[in-house]
Amino acid sequence: MTEIGLGHYLTLGAVIFSIGIIGIFLNRKNIIVILMSIELILLAVNINLVAFSIYLGDLAGQVFTLFILTVAAAEAAIGLAIIVVYFRNSGTIRVEEIDKLKG
Amino acid sequence: MIAHAIFFYTFSIIAVVSAIMVTASKNTVHSVFFLILDFISISCLFIMIGAEFLGMIMLIVYVGAVAVLFLFVVMMLNVAQQKNQWFAGEVTSKHIPVGLIISTLIFFEIIIVIGGWKYKPEIFDINNSLANTSVSNTHSLGQVLYTDYIHVFQISGMILLVAMVGAIVLTFRQRSGVKKQSYIKQISRERAEGVEVLEVQSNKGVKIDD
Repeated sequence: MTEIGLGHYLTLGAVIFSIGIIGIFLNRKNIIVILMSIELILLAVNINLVAFSIYLGDLAGQVFTLFILTVAAAEAAIGLAIIVVYFRNSGTIRVEEIDKLKG
Repeated sequence: MIAHAIFFYTFSIIAVVSAIMVTASKNTVHSVFFLILDFISISCLFIMIGAEFLGMIMLIVYVGAVAVLFLFVVMMLNVAQQKNQWFAGEVTSKHIPVGLIISTLIFFEIIIVIGGWKYKPEIFDINNSLANTSVSNTHSLGQVLYTDYIHVFQISGMILLVAMVGAIVLTFRQRSGVKKQSYIKQISRERAEGVEVLEVQSNKGVKIDD
């Protein structure tokens, strides 16, 4: 219990990943919270990569965490820009009212 | 070792609770604040485990840029009053059981994989970028980042550039009816269209019609 190993970090990553999935599924009101849940999922992946990298003594995991961080930042910027444009055009970002693609 | 365990459990409990609050919070601004708390506690874990460069980068990139960007958009779109309700309304109720079942399934799948995981060092050859213990984490990360992973590094820079250009192009709006200074119009003005020489007659003055 007091010996913190790789499994503890992987379990923490799994918990945060699942909370992110729950956030995507259960949040039906606001699309910004869905973007935040995606950030949580990427964070869980980063935890896994860093824990493996430290406990196996291989630096590749940390390098890839850096690149995931880059892609996550780019994704957040683009997603928020799309949300801003959508809000300007349609006046709402509620999830159940975004149904233009239904036809 | 006991201190490591205490810090790990403290930070991870804070991280998990704030992750739950990100999805469950009624106010979107509160969700962003809990996201910031989550990032900070995870970066504390990173620093504690020995990946101090990534912990600091997480603080700078996520808390300093991404979370502030979220906060900016939330405040700008004025959705703070628009409550974020989980279990309210008829439309939402049919998604909740499916979402919970799928999430718990994913969680238990990952837990099973972690429990049955066994590292076999003879399968992989990881000696090519083995962490060097004599230099610091940042130093050794820089040694592999600018040599072995230089192409991926450049491509990630290109991704950031494309994201920046894309965000600007998406949100740029040309307004009509706004008076603007046009340099090319000012510079290309000729003397003939700006100055007119008149012959002023005595006691009559100059009359400008238009």
